[in-house]
Amino acid sequence: MTEFFQNLGMSYEWAWTAATLVGIITISLLVMFSVAMVIYVDRKVLGAIMMRRGPNVVGPFGLLQSFADGLKVFLQETIIPSAANKGIFLLAPIITFTVALAAWAVIPFDEGVLVSDINLGLLYILAISSLGVYGVVMSGWASNSKYPFFSAMRAAAQMISYEVSIGFILVCVVLWSKSFNMTEIVLAQQGHGLGFVNGFFFNPLLFPIFVVFFICALAETARAPFDLTEAESELVAGYQTEYSSMSFALFWLGEYANILLMCSLCTLLFMGGWLPPVEWAPLYYVPGIVWFLLKTFFFFFLFSWIWATVPRYRYDQLMRLGWKVFLPMSLIFVALISGYLMATGHFS
Amino acid sequence: MIQTLAFYLFAGLVIASAVMVIMSRNPVHSVLWLILAFFNAAGLMVLVGAEFIAMLLVIVYVGAVAVLFLFVVMMLDIDFAAMRAGFIKNFPLGIAVALILLAELILGLGAYNAGGLELATADGSAAQGVDQSNIEAIGVLLYGRYIFLFEVAGIILLVAMIGAIVLTFQPPKPGARGRQDIGKQIARRPHEATVMKNPETGQGVEL
Repeated sequence: MTEFFQNLGMSYEWAWTAATLVGIITISLLVMFSVAMVIYVDRKVLGAIMMRRGPNVVGPFGLLQSFADGLKVFLQETIIPSAANKGIFLLAPIITFTVALAAWAVIPFDEGVLVSDINLGLLYILAISSLGVYGVVMSGWASNSKYPFFSAMRAAAQMISYEVSIGFILVCVVLWSKSFNMTEIVLAQQGHGLGFVNGFFFNPLLFPIFVVFFICALAETARAPFDLTEAESELVAGYQTEYSSMSFALFWLGEYANILLMCSLCTLLFMGGWLPPVEWAPLYYVPGIVWFLLKTFFFFFLFSWIWATVPRYRYDQLMRLGWKVFLPMSLIFVALISGYLMATGHFS
Repeated sequence: MIQTLAFYLFAGLVIASAVMVIMSRNPVHSVLWLILAFFNAAGLMVLVGAEFIAMLLVIVYVGAVAVLFLFVVMMLDIDFAAMRAGFIKNFPLGIAVALILLAELILGLGAYNAGGLELATADGSAAQGVDQSNIEAIGVLLYGRYIFLFEVAGIILLVAMIGAIVLTFQPPKPGARGRQDIGKQIARRPHEATVMKNPETGQGVEL
């Protein structure tokens, strides 16, 4: 891409900037499109589990439902409560949305298909996703209303608690793959299990860590059963209560983009990313991006399945699970895995 | 060209938001400006090639410390008039801190101009910093040369944490409802908690 712009007569710096901009726009549009489709899938899965039809009116099989909803909110009026802190009130959804998109810069869809192949890709994702809490906290405070504020308090405590365990889990994966770079983490999983299965998922030491990671991902994105930030029975709609039209839609899109990000992280860190499930030459004829999307949507299906199945946690139980169960467990696994790797001479 | 632009953008934003931290009337706005300052400082660190420190700055300060700041400031009911009065009282102290920081900056700059710190590994050989990545270099220093300082810092933090827990710990009051035992709750079966009754019409149920 950079060469293309250099051929147009730009200097290297500007060509690189232009190429990166094109990459950013492409990935943002693709992520937005898949968010729209994934919301449709979510509602269809939910419908199927509840034995009803789900969206089926707009377009063939209701495929255009999300776009119709998007158009609808776009045409609505943005209501700003008179008691709200206007600037922060409007800034909050923008932050949620931007942060949700920014993390996709280091996600490799296939070998080399990513905006920026930085060395510290995994740390970058951790840094960006730790910003996600600000959108929620700011919206809750700026709404100047009781329930959004409660929700913001809950979100702040919940996201920080589970980020700690996620950090330790990522340490385990990084130890095993000897790199923070997303591409190298995926390549380290090639033939990991018994020499022909791709993915850390099939490693008996890393599998429990994967389960913890998946549950932490549910809590981090505030999905059921950890959706205490928007528990309808207690908090109306949580931090989104006072929002309408586009400002509400930005929260919605950001939330689903975050869920997709977590699904793709599960894929990249534990299921071998764009690699086919097993090492078998014919499987490599399928483009890597197909494997990546298949695995990601499988995890998304798990997310909606869990949403439809599991009742909501109580708040003190949530805190207990995060601090008293997952944190010690992930710490023990860091010690266990680094000990095992040292004993087997992984680093020499 | 782009690096220069980015540098002036980040540097200008850091200074502007740092000024806004002390200028804004609402303490929540102050914290939000502070977060912006942290974030742009991380941008500056990426520009000088210290991307690991930059990521840690965002993860630790922006992602955790500042969230707790925001948390506390939002919950506090702050009297603005009292804060203004405190401003005059604390002014000399603020000047003193600013002067110390300025002196340290000048000292650091002078030391840098006099020739950088010579880094060496534990066995006395010169450190090879050029071919190492950021993390490796920091890891070698932190866990090799500065291991004792690192452990002391860790123990101080541990003691501080235990102190905070001891200060806020309240033993359960006698007579209060006991703690939940999750295992016991899960192990309970329906027949231990419920009774089937088949009352005659017109008669009540005795439990």
